[in-house]
Amino acid sequence: MFAACADPKAIEGLTWAMCYLTSGKHVDFYWSFVTVLALLAITAPVAMALGFGGAMAARSHITPIRWFGKAYTAMVRGVPDIVYFLFFVIALDQGIEYLNHLRVCEDLSQPVFRGLEFHVCPEAKVPPASASPFVNQLYGFGLAVITFAIVFGAFVANVIFGAMQAVPRAQLETGEAYGMSQRQVFRRILVPQMWTYALPGLTNLWMILIKATPLLFLLSVKDIVYYARELGGTKTQAYDYPHPDWRLFYFLGLLVFYLAMTKISEIVLTRISNRLSKGQATAAGEAMRKAAI
Amino acid sequence: MSCWETFTDYALRSVGIGAKLLPKADFTLCQQFTLIGSGLIWNVYFAALALLFGFFLANALALARIAHSPFIRKPAEWFVFIFRGSPLFIQFFLAYEMLVLLPRTGINLFGITIVTSWLTKAWAGALIVLFLNTAAYSAEIFYGALRSIPKGDLEAAEAYGLTGWHKFRRIQWPTMLRLAWPSYTNEAIFLFQSTTLVFFSGFPAFSQQGDALYYANYFADKTFNPFIPYPIVAFYFVILTLGVIWLFGRINRHLNRHLPQNSRSKIRLRPQLIR
Repeated sequence: MFAACADPKAIEGLTWAMCYLTSGKHVDFYWSFVTVLALLAITAPVAMALGFGGAMAARSHITPIRWFGKAYTAMVRGVPDIVYFLFFVIALDQGIEYLNHLRVCEDLSQPVFRGLEFHVCPEAKVPPASASPFVNQLYGFGLAVITFAIVFGAFVANVIFGAMQAVPRAQLETGEAYGMSQRQVFRRILVPQMWTYALPGLTNLWMILIKATPLLFLLSVKDIVYYARELGGTKTQAYDYPHPDWRLFYFLGLLVFYLAMTKISEIVLTRISNRLSKGQATAAGEAMRKAAI
Repeated sequence: MSCWETFTDYALRSVGIGAKLLPKADFTLCQQFTLIGSGLIWNVYFAALALLFGFFLANALALARIAHSPFIRKPAEWFVFIFRGSPLFIQFFLAYEMLVLLPRTGINLFGITIVTSWLTKAWAGALIVLFLNTAAYSAEIFYGALRSIPKGDLEAAEAYGLTGWHKFRRIQWPTMLRLAWPSYTNEAIFLFQSTTLVFFSGFPAFSQQGDALYYANYFADKTFNPFIPYPIVAFYFVILTLGVIWLFGRINRHLNRHLPQNSRSKIRLRPQLIR
C-alpha cells in the first residue's frame, strides 16, 4: 500500500507494524467488519417485518392463518437456534437447487432424493460451478441473511405478540367508543401504544442478534472470526510478515469490538426507552412523572 | 446390521466406547438416532457441571454486586459485563487460544510440575468457559432478585432481631432464590442449548468424539440431507428441555411451598437464543 512497504523483510519497528496492519489481507479483515454491520443492518428490519407479520397472523381471526402464526412463534422454543442456522442454510440451498433442477435439467427421470442423498444435475447447481469466489460469498451471505431473518423474526413475533396483548384493554375500548373501526383501533392505538411494552424484549433481541453474528463463520461466510483465525495463525519465513501465533490478540480485538457494540447499543436503547415511556401508564412512566414534579 | 448391534456399537461412541469408525455409507435412521443421542452425553455433561459450579460463583458475584465497597463491586460488574456483553462463540475461541499458549511441558512451580495440556481439551477448557459464562448470566438474575426483595420482609427480619449473616441466610437468600427461580430455569435451558457451540468453536473434537450437533452435522455433510439429522437433534433437545423444566419445576414448588396456591410464581418458558 505504501512505498515503504515494498520490501517487508527489510523494515522493522513502527514502520513494520504500519505496513503489517495495512497489508491486503488486513484490509479484507477490516471489510469483514462491514460485512457484520451490513448483516445487522439488513437483518434487523427484515426480522422486524417478519415478526410483525407473524404476530399479526397469530392474532388473526382466520383459523389457518392463526395456526401458521402460532406455529411460527412456537418454532423457536426449546430447540437450540444453532440447529436452525445449520438446517435452514442447507434446506434453502437445496430448495433453490431443486427448483432450478426442475427448470433446467433435461433428465428428470431420477428422483432428487436417492435413499438418504440429494442429487441434482450439474447445470442446476447454485451458484454455478464457474462462478467467481465473490459470487459464492455473496450467495452465502444472502442465505445467512435469510436464515437470520427467519429465526429472529420468530423471536420478534413472540415479543410483539406479547406486547400487543399487554396494551390495556381500556385504551382499545376507548378507541372503539369514539367510533373507530377495528382497523383504525389497530393502526391508531394498538400499534403506537405497543412499542413501550415491546421495547425491553426487542432490546434483548438486538443484543442477542449482535452476539449471534459470529455464527456467520459457521455458515462459511468469510467473516471476522474467519479472518482472525487466518491472520493470527503462525506465519513462517515464507510469508511477507512472519510472526508467531497471534490469534489470541486478534480474538481479544474481536472481544473489544463486541463489548463496544454492546455498550453503544445499551446507551442508545436506554434513550429510546426513556422517550417511549413518557406519559405511559407503566412503572417507568410513573417514575418519570414523579421525577418531573 | 440390526438396530440393536448399531446401538451397542455407537451408544457410547462419543465417550470413546464402542466401534472405532463412524458409519461411512448407507446411513440408517437407527444409526443417526443412536449416534446423535450418544453425542447428547456431552451436552448434558457440559450443562450439568457448568450449572452446578456456576450456581455458587453466581451467588458470590451477586453479593459482590450489591456490596457498598467499589473494590468488591467493580470487579464483579466488569466480570458480568464482559461475559454478558460478548458472544459465547468468541469466548470459546479466546479461551482456547489462551489455553494453547500455556507451556506444553507444564508449569514448574517450586519444583512441582503442573501439567496444563488437559486444559486445551474440550472437556475441561469448554467447561470452564461455560461455567464462567453461566455464572455471569445467573449473577445478573440473582442480583435483580436481591434488589426486588420486598422491603417489608427485611424490616420484619430486623424486627425479629435477625442481623448480618443470620438475616441473609434465613430471609434474603431464600427469598432471592424464590424470586429468581423462574428466570434461572430459563437460564438453565438456555445453557443446555449453548453447549451445542462447543465443538463448532475453537475446541477440536478428538477421534470424532463430539456432541449431538457434531454428529448431526457429520450426517448432514455426508448425506447432503438436513431434513433427518437436524430434526433428530431438535427432538432430543425438546425432550431435554422438558426434563429441565420438570426438574426445576419440582425445585420451584419446594421453594414456594409456604405460599398459598394462587400467589406462587410459575415457570414460563421464554424464548432465548444464543448468547
